[in-house]
Amino acid sequence: MTDNRFFNRSELIGILVLAVFLVVVLPLTLDVFRLNLVAKYLTYAFVALGLVICWGYGGILSLGQGVFFGLGGYCMAMFLKLEASSVENTKIQSTPGIPDFMDWNQITALPFFWKPFNSLTFTIAAIILVPGIFAWIIGTAMFKRRVGGTYFAIITQAVAAILTILIVGQQGYTGGINGMTDLRTLKGWDIRPDHAKIVLYFFEVGCLFVCIMIAQFVRHSKLGRILVAMREKEDRVRFSGYSVANFKIFAFCIAAMFAAIGGAMFALNVGFMSPSFVGIVPSIEMVIYTAVGGRLSILGAIYGTLLVNFAKTSLSETFPELWLFGLGGLFIAVVLAFPNGLAGIWGDYVQPRIDRLIASRKSKPDGWTDSSVADGAPAE
Amino acid sequence: MFGDYSLGDLGSIFVMQGFAGLILFSVYVLMALGLAIIFGQMGVINMAHGEFMILGAYVTWMTSNLFQSYMPGLFGGYFFLAMILAFLASGALGMLVEWVLIRHLYKRPLDTLLATWGLSLMLQQAYRSVFGAREVGVELPQWMLGSLHVTDSIEVPINGVFVMGLTVLITISVAYVMYKSRWGRQVRAVVQNRIMAGAVGINTEKVDRYTYGLGCGIAGIAGSAFTMIGSTGPTSGQLYIVDTFLVVVFGGAASLLGTIASAFSISQTQSTLEFFMSGSMAKVLTLLAVVGILMLRPQGLFALKVRK
Repeated sequence: MTDNRFFNRSELIGILVLAVFLVVVLPLTLDVFRLNLVAKYLTYAFVALGLVICWGYGGILSLGQGVFFGLGGYCMAMFLKLEASSVENTKIQSTPGIPDFMDWNQITALPFFWKPFNSLTFTIAAIILVPGIFAWIIGTAMFKRRVGGTYFAIITQAVAAILTILIVGQQGYTGGINGMTDLRTLKGWDIRPDHAKIVLYFFEVGCLFVCIMIAQFVRHSKLGRILVAMREKEDRVRFSGYSVANFKIFAFCIAAMFAAIGGAMFALNVGFMSPSFVGIVPSIEMVIYTAVGGRLSILGAIYGTLLVNFAKTSLSETFPELWLFGLGGLFIAVVLAFPNGLAGIWGDYVQPRIDRLIASRKSKPDGWTDSSVADGAPAE
Repeated sequence: MFGDYSLGDLGSIFVMQGFAGLILFSVYVLMALGLAIIFGQMGVINMAHGEFMILGAYVTWMTSNLFQSYMPGLFGGYFFLAMILAFLASGALGMLVEWVLIRHLYKRPLDTLLATWGLSLMLQQAYRSVFGAREVGVELPQWMLGSLHVTDSIEVPINGVFVMGLTVLITISVAYVMYKSRWGRQVRAVVQNRIMAGAVGINTEKVDRYTYGLGCGIAGIAGSAFTMIGSTGPTSGQLYIVDTFLVVVFGGAASLLGTIASAFSISQTQSTLEFFMSGSMAKVLTLLAVVGILMLRPQGLFALKVRK
């Protein structure tokens, strides 16, 4: 049962608890609207998961994860938009059969790079490959020249800025600042009604667990240990004969692909995609989720994402004046006092007590499940 | 793309766009100078730099309102007092932030980014609560309005000339302080080797605090100058932060001369391109060129040759 390749015993329990929480507890306790909100938050959890590998283990802070989130999301949205813009749906336009925003911008034919997105197979491949190849290009250019740390962070940030400006500027091809709205069906299956949203939620949770397994596998493989070694003493790893650049590129590409899957899920679950999820501000927020959850903890990143987003939604609903103060204060507190985030607090304070509790009365190990669920669901 | 213009027209276009670029250059230089000190010298990624700049802008706005209501006679000269106040306010806030926050993080430069991002969110909300969400504009004194006619087809706005003059002045003073004064020598010593600097009797903590304060103070002056050419809102600072970081990185992080050269090339490229295509494409092309060059030459234009 405890397969060394993926997880040890306590990690297995953690994953099961998360699975129960996401698959059973949340769908039973929340209405469809709130469940859809959770689905939206979980799309960011993909990004946070990628950042755990790239930043937590590899030590590469990327401030451009929004770029990959956006690329994945736009690939998905382009497919959905094309399907929503069939000739019957758009017959009032001057050129039927093209997306509405193209028609508004006096474009009369579908641009060549839109055409392949008529195929779902191509779209799914593009969701993974386009961001992956893009990350590979950036990573190769930077890491082969031994650019890292703060420089890398700033350059990825610039890339995020460039892509945002480009998307907003090229309104006719991308939908501009409004993004791609009014997405309707996936292969004829309507994604908007409540039951579709529930199906999509479970599909997303399934994908999330696949990604968690991949992340666990990377972490427990030799590769993961080299990543950690590289973060701690890069020169020693290099002198031991490893190609540091290739490992960094790998970590960065994995993070980019996870982010892209998250983006595609976003387009499916939320029903639109816009440049406001691509730029610098969302990219930094995604880093914050990881930092709050714990940059070294795969599960912590997911709880952190849920926690920050719940806090953001409920605070901005009730105290619109205060939530930026709260959010800002949270970042500062996490950085100053809890560099390992929620997972660090869990590991330092809660886990030892539970261990003692279990050790003192072996007959009732149920305390684990309850407290851990409470930890992940601070606001309803 | 040049076909529709005569040679004389093109000359004027280049001069006028060049001048618009010079104003952009001034803002870049003023913001980047502070950041070059904080990021280039101290290694702190100060994401709240734009907010320090906006503080300077708000101080200037308040000073101008004060002069307008109580000393209308002296209104022509309010800007000079406002600039000093902006420097002091931003500098003081900077020193406070260094004491509370930054000094714990010198060993973790990437974490300064997160912490200062949190700080910038809080400052933005503070500005929004205190000054309102709407952008505020400063009324310019009479002598700054209008423009100078150089030739028939070329004219330059006076406030732009003033901001440029100010930039030159500030740049020279910063260069003097950093490279000629005793204090600047201490700063450079601490940056190059903190332990040795401490060993020869430099109070490194104090130097850090004043260096950070100086960088923030210059950002305040930048904000003050910014009010001369645009209006200020709670989130205006964020618009410039990426550009400014790129300017500093492109110039070579530890070099003031490099910062100026890169601010010049980036702003001139952008404003010249802006005439021939949409503003957003001009910006995209400029930033792409900068990122491309940085990938080929990661150390920036002017690299400091230090053995690490």
